[in-house]
Amino acid sequence: MKMLKKTASLMLASALMVSLAACGSDSGSSGSSGSDTFKIGGIGPTTGDNAIYGTAVENGIQLAVDEINADGGINGYQIEYQFEDDQSDSEKSVNAYNTLKDWGMQMLVGTVTSTPCTAVVEETHADNMFQLTPSATAVESIQYDNAFRMCFSDPSQGSASADYIAENGLASKIAVIYNSSDTYSSGIYQTFVTEAQAKGLEIVATEAFTADSKTDFSVQLQKAKDAGADLVFLPIYYQEASLILAQANNMDFAPAWFGCDGMDGLLALEGFDTSLAEGLMFLTPFTADAEDEATQTFVADYKENFGETPNQFAADAYDCLYSIKAAAEQADITPEMSISDISDAMKTAMTEITIDGLTGKQITWGEDGEPSKDPTVVVVEGGKYAVLQAE
Amino acid sequence: MSFISYLINGLSLGSVYAIIALGYTMVYGIAKMLNFAHGDVIMIGAYVALLSMTQAGLSPLAAILIAVVVCTALGIVIERIAYKPLRNASSSLAVLITAIGVSYLLQNVALLLFGANAQSFQSVVKWGGLSLAGGSLKISGETVVTIIACIIIMIVLTFFVQKTKPGQAMRAVSEDKGAAQLMGINVNGTIALTFAIGSALAAVAGVLLCSSYPSLTPYTGAMPGIKAFVAAVFGGIGSIQGAFIGGLLLGIIEILGRAYISSQMADALVFAVLIIVLLVKPTGLLGKKIQEKV
Repeated sequence: MKMLKKTASLMLASALMVSLAACGSDSGSSGSSGSDTFKIGGIGPTTGDNAIYGTAVENGIQLAVDEINADGGINGYQIEYQFEDDQSDSEKSVNAYNTLKDWGMQMLVGTVTSTPCTAVVEETHADNMFQLTPSATAVESIQYDNAFRMCFSDPSQGSASADYIAENGLASKIAVIYNSSDTYSSGIYQTFVTEAQAKGLEIVATEAFTADSKTDFSVQLQKAKDAGADLVFLPIYYQEASLILAQANNMDFAPAWFGCDGMDGLLALEGFDTSLAEGLMFLTPFTADAEDEATQTFVADYKENFGETPNQFAADAYDCLYSIKAAAEQADITPEMSISDISDAMKTAMTEITIDGLTGKQITWGEDGEPSKDPTVVVVEGGKYAVLQAE
Repeated sequence: MSFISYLINGLSLGSVYAIIALGYTMVYGIAKMLNFAHGDVIMIGAYVALLSMTQAGLSPLAAILIAVVVCTALGIVIERIAYKPLRNASSSLAVLITAIGVSYLLQNVALLLFGANAQSFQSVVKWGGLSLAGGSLKISGETVVTIIACIIIMIVLTFFVQKTKPGQAMRAVSEDKGAAQLMGINVNGTIALTFAIGSALAAVAGVLLCSSYPSLTPYTGAMPGIKAFVAAVFGGIGSIQGAFIGGLLLGIIEILGRAYISSQMADALVFAVLIIVLLVKPTGLLGKKIQEKV
């Protein structure tokens, strides 16, 4: 009996060894994946608070991948694509990254939100994997040379907002309500304040809230009202914005509202009374109502495939894939190359290409990974987004 | 004028905390367990009310009634399935962990059923509210209704516990389960009744909370649940009046702290107050000190 046990455990142990070895060789080969397809991974929240963003990015990438594959792929190679959910959580995001790496990912499109992206970029930097985030706006999210982004950074959103308000004379007294526990929100807030002061705008109230107390805004609104603010700047996401708009309405406080791209999605919020958002302006690089042909085709295709109107995140994600395609063709990379070689080639190529995308014309990148493109300001009119023409 | 406005908002927020805290405190008083799933029952109640209004097109009052019925049933089911089998477990930790498990279960079931996207809640209060002092003081209808609802619930509950037979049974069970059983009190029935009442209150709290702050996600109940738990401990866990006072004070401290000290520090302040109260009076404001007889 004892003998039997020993033999059994010996066999188990050897089986374990074999499978471990298999694991090892597996991950080794995926590093320089012998296959003939590019493996592109995506990470973002498809469940949880920011699900709207992750789902849009997942769909946007899918649409572009299908188009590129139908069109002959990148450098003649087809793209394989896999998307993982991170619920906008840093820990889950790193796990998702590891899952994708096991799958054999060679380039990463993601992550969608800033805080997880800042965590994942540490991993991609360590692995020297090329990373292009469609929508993580924090400065730190792309702090290494292997990471680029499609959207505006927080600082550029903050200063662009202040510039727009000042140049168009939208307000003289400004209140800011921001989420101090969120990188995106506090990042925009800081540059907004600096730029607003430089432009001579008066900030009469600065109020913060945190992720743990984001339901009651009566105090922040009351202070803004008491300070006589005629414009409230909201560098926050649309869920909290919907609450702020409803509570302001309850207390008869009706200033002008100005937000950033986090506002995108507000009108799609289930059950939201869109009349509350009437007149709200926000900075965004994309709107589905733009008249140009590329946007119209994209919107029509997206609607046909996923049954809803694409938001800015879907457009960013779509542009990401075409940027990767352009850079990959510039660098002439192939799937046989190692992850690190692909990354090195892409790094240089990204700074050499110029893209006409949905989220801007003549987009170029600097070595710091920041894109250069013009923002659009959108206003809510009659329950719809309309483009405000800058003068 | 701003001060009065803050105070009223604090009372309104505190009223919601108080109603939730009543559920915590009653269950603790009688079953000697912390029902951490209580906050998520609130969320379920809010979803049921919202769906009754939007999908079934019912009136707000009917929607509240349905939410109360569903939550009451849910409370009894949770107690029967998850807590009752563990009531005599050697470690009280077992029930606590189960409660946390039930909390996650409810959140994830809601995530599956209703999706992750936030839904805008339709207020059940159709009245626009009061406009005092020439419009400089605006009190919303939701605020008034929340405060009044809290006071009514408090009075009815106190009467129920003090004057009625089932209420007396509850007090007896809370003092000594074994002795109560010997006196012919149905202990299991009484505990189930407590869960039923607590969960019914949770439904009301859910509807009121989401009417004032109209955003509903599967995680809506979590933070108010924890704050209400603090309120219950603050007022003296096990005491109905304590939950009421604890809830109101917590709401007022939170809002005034946010207004006059720092909008970011409000939560830290709330918990700091809790620590101070517990240092000075470990049983909470109205908690009774029970002498253990050896």
